[in-house]
Amino acid sequence: MQSDDLPLDCQEAIHTLYHYLDGELTEYRRVEIRHHLDDCMPCLEAFDFEAELRIVIARKCRDEVPESLRERIHKALSQELDGPE
Amino acid sequence: MEHMPSLYSAAMRMTRNPADAEDLVQETYLKAYRAFESFQEGTNLKAWLYRILTNTFINSYRSRKRRPEQTELDDVEDLYLYRRLGGLEAAAASRSAEEEVLDHFTEGDVKAAIEALPEQFRMAVLLADVEGFSYKEIAEILEIPIGTVMSRLHRGRKALQKALFEFGVERGLVGDRAE
Repeated sequence: MQSDDLPLDCQEAIHTLYHYLDGELTEYRRVEIRHHLDDCMPCLEAFDFEAELRIVIARKCRDEVPESLRERIHKALSQELDGPE
Repeated sequence: MEHMPSLYSAAMRMTRNPADAEDLVQETYLKAYRAFESFQEGTNLKAWLYRILTNTFINSYRSRKRRPEQTELDDVEDLYLYRRLGGLEAAAASRSAEEEVLDHFTEGDVKAAIEALPEQFRMAVLLADVEGFSYKEIAEILEIPIGTVMSRLHRGRKALQKALFEFGVERGLVGDRAE
């Protein structure tokens, strides 16, 4: 199904999806979208999917800091603190 | 030092190699230490550190590469991944089938998909989706207008979904078209 085939309310909800998930909508628009999602299962599922995708991306994009880097930084900062000899 | 894990992860995505990422994080901490007087108490420390990280990356590390950065992305439809997994179809098979596919993407898939994005889109997606910064914070960190943040995010996210879908097809997680 293309966006163009969706009812207008759905097109608008999908269009606003990222601003909604990003928390960048006004309270009024947020409530409007929320009402639409309460009544529209396909849009709710699409929103859920995108929210879940974001969680997966954030969770699977972490790297452990090598211990050697922590030590290097501590050492470099201590030298700064001590000032030039 | 509480922000070091996220700064290091971001540095890895930016430089795409561990040695440069380590140098970049160390340089960021040194610069932050030296400039700490310019940090305004009560403002967002994490955003301030990211601004130093990003500037340092752009000024020192990016310039090492001579090959021009790709700045265009193919135009991709909204909800690319969800549609390809069969979402929005009238007779969706099961409610969570699409979400289950997400569990099968490995860390390697997600990192590679982000790293494959052209730099300006990669930075925006990284700051929003991985680090959770607001549009305003991203605009300040990258020193670009909010409208530009939104358009880079919009296009970057779609390209990221396309890359993830392609990994999914390659690895047999999804059919070329949902069944």
